[in-house]
Amino acid sequence: MKFLPLVLAGLKRRKLRTTLTFLSIFIAFMLFAFLGAIKEAFLAGVSMAGQDRLVTRHKVSLIQTLPQSHTARIKAVEGVAAACHFTWFGGIYQDPKNFFATMPTEPEEFLDMFPEFILDETEKQAWLATRTGAIVGRTTADRFKWKIGDRIPLQSPIWGQPAGQTQWEFEIVGIFEGAKKGTDTSGFYFRYDYFEEARQEQKGQVGWFTIRIANPDKAAEIAAKIDGEFANSAYETKTEPEGAFAAAFAQQVGDIATIVMAVVGAVFFTILLVAGNTMAQSVRERTEELGVLKAMGFTNPLVLRLVMLESCFIAIGGGFGGLGAAWLIIAAGNPVPTVLPVFYLPANSLILGALLAVALGVIAGALPAWQAMRLRISDALRRGA
Amino acid sequence: MNLTPQILVSIENVSRTFRRGTEEIQVLSGLDLEVKEAEFLALMGPSGSGKSTLLNLIGGLDRPTAGTVRIGPDRVDQLSDRQLAAWRARHIGFVFQFYNLLPALSAERNIELPLLLTHLNKAARRQHVAAALAAVGLTHRAKHFPRTLSGGEQQRVGIARAIVTDPTVLLCDEPTGDLDRKSGDEILTLLQTLNQQYGKTIIMVTHDPHASAKASRTVHLDKGQLSNTPVE
Repeated sequence: MKFLPLVLAGLKRRKLRTTLTFLSIFIAFMLFAFLGAIKEAFLAGVSMAGQDRLVTRHKVSLIQTLPQSHTARIKAVEGVAAACHFTWFGGIYQDPKNFFATMPTEPEEFLDMFPEFILDETEKQAWLATRTGAIVGRTTADRFKWKIGDRIPLQSPIWGQPAGQTQWEFEIVGIFEGAKKGTDTSGFYFRYDYFEEARQEQKGQVGWFTIRIANPDKAAEIAAKIDGEFANSAYETKTEPEGAFAAAFAQQVGDIATIVMAVVGAVFFTILLVAGNTMAQSVRERTEELGVLKAMGFTNPLVLRLVMLESCFIAIGGGFGGLGAAWLIIAAGNPVPTVLPVFYLPANSLILGALLAVALGVIAGALPAWQAMRLRISDALRRGA
Repeated sequence: MNLTPQILVSIENVSRTFRRGTEEIQVLSGLDLEVKEAEFLALMGPSGSGKSTLLNLIGGLDRPTAGTVRIGPDRVDQLSDRQLAAWRARHIGFVFQFYNLLPALSAERNIELPLLLTHLNKAARRQHVAAALAAVGLTHRAKHFPRTLSGGEQQRVGIARAIVTDPTVLLCDEPTGDLDRKSGDEILTLLQTLNQQYGKTIIMVTHDPHASAKASRTVHLDKGQLSNTPVE
């Protein structure tokens, strides 16, 4: 601690340069945190996917439908504990920009399949008792200020209007919470029987099945059995773990993880050059001062530590500052709920960011510190004269 | 009781050669020098005569190519880098021509720097700094930064920094070389006071005969050799 004023003096020597470098690192780590939150949002389905769940869809593509009657045949496959079907509805509320995931499903099977969705028992009973009833996640309910009992008109770009009506109308009977921080609570689920009766085309068809298996170690074997059940039929299937399904779904936008990594990599490489250059310049300008310190009796390892501390100070200060600022902004709310149903800064991104800040300080300071350590006193003093 | 000053600095048959490309440059050649305790020695000579090289050898900033450098009981030329650093911290105070203060630190923080290498706590360090500032007459400028001090004041801060650890020897490299005559005289008077009142051993490199006149003895260096008479 007694050397702290000396370290700070090095940073204060060129205040503008130090400030600009600090801000560069600050912004870079803010960007890192935001990209981490965006990546988490896109891949939330992957990280939150159940280890014991498979998804069965049409072999050709996700938009091809399957017969609802597959449910019984899937349930009959050895190793399958439960199955539940979904159909993409694509709900729009009042305006096309108010779009969120909306799907008809079987209420009891759905709630049994997804224990991460927490729904009050009375709300569950209400859903079972109300044919036009729907449950909605906390994120979407808060977004539109919906409450239980509200009647919500929705439009579907896929299924048109129900017979005899201008739009689909649902009654909110429950609002579910997420069991974990990353649980997606933006979904809107309504009863399949109402959907089946009201839709005017493709009756008896559903989008995909989510399946729970008894033994996750046998996932590949069971998936093969399910696909084998429908092989050479008009509705061949592709079954895969829920995580892989979610990843494939996310990749419709692009390989988010790779894109994020590429941007983060480019940013950090640039910041490393900026911070390294700042430290190199700082040491070069202080050759004489370093010579004086050594003449006083500062040892080579101590000079190395002082330069490294200076480098780490600016990198950790800027890095932690950027991460902290991003955390505060992200915690304030999701700026784009229509695009990102889940938006939070995961702890592993924060930890990785903190480690990167330390690494940046060490790497940026290593070469200048080594040069400062190797500096010969007589040369340093002569250069300054 | 023997009151005769003891030999403090003893340089025997010291040579220092530098290599520049394939060429070898002999800066000091078989040089002998003794400096007694509490002596104020002026070291004069033309540019390139080896004055700074000799000062560096005495201060443990450099090692001789041949010969021995002894300060008190220590064979300086035989110490490792780490030992030399610790030895310098205990025994040597440097005063530089261009003051070499750290611009981002106040006068008192600059003076405190050598004390950071000691085991003194903050309060003790402050006491030492205050005493050093008082010794150079700059108590009222303690909080000032180098850029707000005159050249003479900066050099006095430099001297306070050099004496704050009460070193065995004070090595001054052209301490008045960057000052006007009045400020230079003040610095020389201060060095004389440190020598005469506090018994500090001082070795001062200078070009200036006026400065060397303040010393108790002057030696002249030319082409790597010492003499007691000025170089023609």
